[in-house]
Amino acid sequence: MKKKSKLKFQIISIISLIAFFAIWQLLTDVYRVIPSTMLPSPVKVLQTIGMKWSVKKPDGSTLPQHILASLQVSGLGFCLGAVIGVPLGVIMAWWEKADLSLKPVFDFVRTIPPIAWIPIMIVLLGIGVVAKASIVFLSAFIPCVINSYTGIKATKTVHIWVAQTFGGSKTRTLFKVAIPTALPYIFTGLKVSLNSSWGALVAAEMLGSASGLGYMIQMGRLLSRADLIVVGMIVIGIIGTILSAFLDSLEKIVVKGEVR
Amino acid sequence: MEQSGKIGKEKLSCRGITKSFSSSSGNFEVLHDLTFDVYENEFLVLFGPGQCGKTTLLYMLAGLEECTEGEVFHNGEPVTGPAPSRAVVYQTMALFPWMTVWDNVSFSQKVRKAEKKVIAERTQYFIDLVGLTGFEKSYPVQLSGGMKQRVGIARAYCSDPDVLLMDEPFGHLDAQTRYMMQESLGKIWENEKRTIVFVTNNIEEALYLADRIILLSDCPSQIKKEYRITLPRPRSLVSPEFLKLRKEITEQMNMSD
Repeated sequence: MKKKSKLKFQIISIISLIAFFAIWQLLTDVYRVIPSTMLPSPVKVLQTIGMKWSVKKPDGSTLPQHILASLQVSGLGFCLGAVIGVPLGVIMAWWEKADLSLKPVFDFVRTIPPIAWIPIMIVLLGIGVVAKASIVFLSAFIPCVINSYTGIKATKTVHIWVAQTFGGSKTRTLFKVAIPTALPYIFTGLKVSLNSSWGALVAAEMLGSASGLGYMIQMGRLLSRADLIVVGMIVIGIIGTILSAFLDSLEKIVVKGEVR
Repeated sequence: MEQSGKIGKEKLSCRGITKSFSSSSGNFEVLHDLTFDVYENEFLVLFGPGQCGKTTLLYMLAGLEECTEGEVFHNGEPVTGPAPSRAVVYQTMALFPWMTVWDNVSFSQKVRKAEKKVIAERTQYFIDLVGLTGFEKSYPVQLSGGMKQRVGIARAYCSDPDVLLMDEPFGHLDAQTRYMMQESLGKIWENEKRTIVFVTNNIEEALYLADRIILLSDCPSQIKKEYRITLPRPRSLVSPEFLKLRKEITEQMNMSD
């Protein structure tokens, strides 16, 4: 019974996807409501993906090269953001002295949108990997700090009491009680970071770069190649979905029981 | 004070403890000048109307709340903070939802870094004692309310405390489960004698379990009366002696000062 209804839902989602592409195709190639210079048809997009797989024209790199360049920069920035952001949030939430001394600086920095940093980063670090990774880092770092901070603060007083009455030290209580409580929040932070780091990456690549998916989109605009723009958007969507799914399955492995 | 020959030495001593909370509308006193002792291997019930500061009193015995005035002594030493020698069973159970039954029960032993073999033996012993054999790998979310509180009791016992402090542990359970749990706790305590301080506002529960009942008054709580309960165990809830005591204590509680 359950299997059957699941199948039903899968069929419905597939039909809705097909309908979406069918309407898109009808509006573009079939009835030409929207000219192809503004919005390419799904068939044209597929053709462009196939072509870009091995051809460097007109933007200088093949699609796999763009993907690799973007993954490299976003991977570096995101990992740094997580590795520094999560512990910082945890430390600020758990030790009051750290909270009092670091929080004001953090609260000030976090109000500046990461994209606003792009010009100064280009001036300081050029248009290389480091400059872009720094932008990605800033945008990934902030949600990591905020969510792990909130997660640690969500630890129930009574749980801390349990650890204390059994003789747990402050540090041990952090690892045994507060961090397990915070884990779902930390994962939420990582997922938000992942999204915002891709956003920052594309923005950084549009403004100063020589490769990457954001650069490809920007070139598509300059060369009036709408198909390149849409290909870039779709590839970004697919990669984002895969990475989110990866984080989701990692969360299922790491977070045990039901933590609320 | 009446004292029978069975009484051991003092475990916990409260000397003139008073607790008040300050709020915007002034000081609010919940406990006023309480002095009493808890003796070794005694099952002491703190009984009184709801909201009369019983839980606060228990937390003060645990060292989780500070006394505004007076002092609590444990084996003659002043209580200054929580300690492994005084384990608490909480009304909300306070199990760690990310840990299995086994990990919850063995938690205290792991915190104090006991030997692996000792941890395994003790944990299994207390899981068996509370009747949770076979549920070692379950998570709290998979257990019923009664079973969760069994884990809470096993966890407290497993830490090998000198005194067990129980804060309305069956308060959230339905009547049927509550009765079953009272029976189990009575048996567990007969098997593993410990000094227990048990807070409740249920007279049946108090009479079923207690060696001694301290009746507290309404806010600010003072000791109204003490009862030594010598009914043979396991107790019958419908024996004439039980009903007589029940009536007497209930009337005493409802009597205004």
